[in-house]
Amino acid sequence: MATTTQLAEKLQPWMGVLDGRPHGGPRWMQDLRDRATSRFAALGFPTVREEEWRFTNVAPIAGTEFTIAPPAPVSAAEVDALPYGSLPLRLVVLNGRFSVELSRLVGLPSGVRAGSLTAAATEHAEVVPRYFGQLADFSTRGFVALNTALATDGAYVYIPDGVVMAQPLEILYVSAAGSVPEMSQARTLIVAGERSQLRVVETYVSLNGGSYFVNAVTEVFAGENAIIDHYKVQQESVDAYHIASLYVNAQRSANFSSHSFSLGGKLVRNEADAILDGEGAECTLNGLYLADRERLVDNHTSIDHAKAHCPSHEIYKGIIGGKARAIFNGKIIVRQDAQKTNAKQTNRALLLSDDASINTKPQLEIFADDVKCTHGAAIGQLDEDAIFYLRARGLNYFEARDMLIHAFAGEILDRVQIEPLKAALEAELYVQLARDLAEIDGI
Amino acid sequence: MMLEVKNLQVRAEDKQILKGIDLKVNAGEVHAIMGPNGSGKSTLARALSGHPEYQVTGGEVLFEGKDLLEMDPDERAREGVFMAFQYPVEIAGVNNAYFLKAALNAKRKHHGQPELDAMEFMELITEKSKLLDINQAMLQRSVNEGFSGGEKKRNEIFQMALLEPKLAILDETDSGLDIDALKIVSNGVNAMRSPDRAAIVVTHYQRLLEYIVPDYVHVLSGGRIVKSGGKELALELEKKGYGWIETGAEPVGA
Repeated sequence: MATTTQLAEKLQPWMGVLDGRPHGGPRWMQDLRDRATSRFAALGFPTVREEEWRFTNVAPIAGTEFTIAPPAPVSAAEVDALPYGSLPLRLVVLNGRFSVELSRLVGLPSGVRAGSLTAAATEHAEVVPRYFGQLADFSTRGFVALNTALATDGAYVYIPDGVVMAQPLEILYVSAAGSVPEMSQARTLIVAGERSQLRVVETYVSLNGGSYFVNAVTEVFAGENAIIDHYKVQQESVDAYHIASLYVNAQRSANFSSHSFSLGGKLVRNEADAILDGEGAECTLNGLYLADRERLVDNHTSIDHAKAHCPSHEIYKGIIGGKARAIFNGKIIVRQDAQKTNAKQTNRALLLSDDASINTKPQLEIFADDVKCTHGAAIGQLDEDAIFYLRARGLNYFEARDMLIHAFAGEILDRVQIEPLKAALEAELYVQLARDLAEIDGI
Repeated sequence: MMLEVKNLQVRAEDKQILKGIDLKVNAGEVHAIMGPNGSGKSTLARALSGHPEYQVTGGEVLFEGKDLLEMDPDERAREGVFMAFQYPVEIAGVNNAYFLKAALNAKRKHHGQPELDAMEFMELITEKSKLLDINQAMLQRSVNEGFSGGEKKRNEIFQMALLEPKLAILDETDSGLDIDALKIVSNGVNAMRSPDRAAIVVTHYQRLLEYIVPDYVHVLSGGRIVKSGGKELALELEKKGYGWIETGAEPVGA
């Protein structure tokens, strides 16, 4: 009983915020918010006593009285000055609200919708209710419940059957922090019809630094034969909390790939949860993260092979320095009927300092017998033999080390299929690395 | 004199391997270092290149009159000492051409020469790659990654041709090579021979020395040079094996 009391006490300020939850929109959405509020009251925040959260203590989030981030007066010039968001098609969500002024959404192919999620709930009533909240289950997950209850708005992308989006679309979640701790619930719904094709980037950035909390939930439906190339860029302020869950459902022969780049944040949790829900669906989940100082970066992935003949590929790489901690948990589920599954998972981490650490766990749950699943983890320092080899050719220690670190990151960076995004990521990553390495070298 | 090794003693993993090596190499000369397994041949090569796992416990090495042992491995390289590795390291994610350009420019910078731009560099590697049968694909792959044994060794000698060292040290470059690869590698080394350069060729077998004909042959045994002679010594070793050296001969200075 003591725990319940503690829970209630801790949640009291949160319940106050939830009482002021948004009330607009259609009836079903209001219902969902109410139910999510009740669930959050019962679930609260996860604790380190739960296996899934063993290494990630979210008490700093639970214990802060965040207010809902208000609309912020931000000019297009300020947004344009950010390192991301340069793609011609841009959907901007500022402090949790879709901004039509900051977005560039002209020239979308016929039938494609991209814009405010709240508006779509009413305007696209024949589609949105069928998908919204269907994958992001708030009955067991506190953060998803919080998001569902509080999301003011978000991004909605809909591609009709057979439509190919030639241009990539960038969804830019911008946080403009105020003087008190603020939070926003980023909510994204992407519905891609049969045989459709989409490249989409979800970017989370800070406009002016500061401590704030972004709680993101993204749901992606990939219809039969749809091809979705998804990127997630997380470059919140170094004092920010970022908790995000990506849910994917891939239908027959759909191909979903996602590359996650986690460069910012003080306490970061990226969850990616994909269900291969039709025969021949294919999924790639790759990630690259950088953690330094006393930051914590947690990547939890799950690929659920629900049907037969589904291949999945996964490579996560981390560069960890300072006193930073990283967590990688890669779950692969192969259901009884999912014969001929071919799943491959690789996790590699480079530790740049003695105080840096990582907890890594592959988690295979296999219920079919004719499957191929491989996993491998390699954690360590830079390869001394490689450093010596480069030095023996005339590169000094620092040049040799930098070359190896860049090569390590390059394996994931090089897979980015959108050139301006790749260039921006490369530049940001190398600036951060240069700063971290200078700290290590005591310069 | 290009290289002067005086009473060099080296430990590796708490074991004294070299127990006092004396060796003098003049510009224009090729010296072969032969010896049975475990005699310390590769240790000598690695100690000269500055490998951190080989600890010099005594003696002195002068390279063009400068204290070689004082220099970091990369400084030795930039000064003109090149070691062709017995086991070239695979470096995932580092493009071979990119790496070669960085290495070449590091050396050029060290000698106050302007760095080569992409065009100049491409011209240079196109010219050098013919000599060692290095194709475009090998240049665009990661350094040594997925290379066959022969490709790795050719890549080593290719790097040497590009970096134009004063002193080349070949650490068992012939091991694992078929006769065709051996010829290519040897041609590459011979093309580099000049009155300004010298080479130390470490090998277990005489076969390599049919193609890279040495001026001097030294036999290492138990961490010391036990016999030195001309190229005919290699043939003698081939016929008689190393047994007679290890049991009979008196240590001889170079």
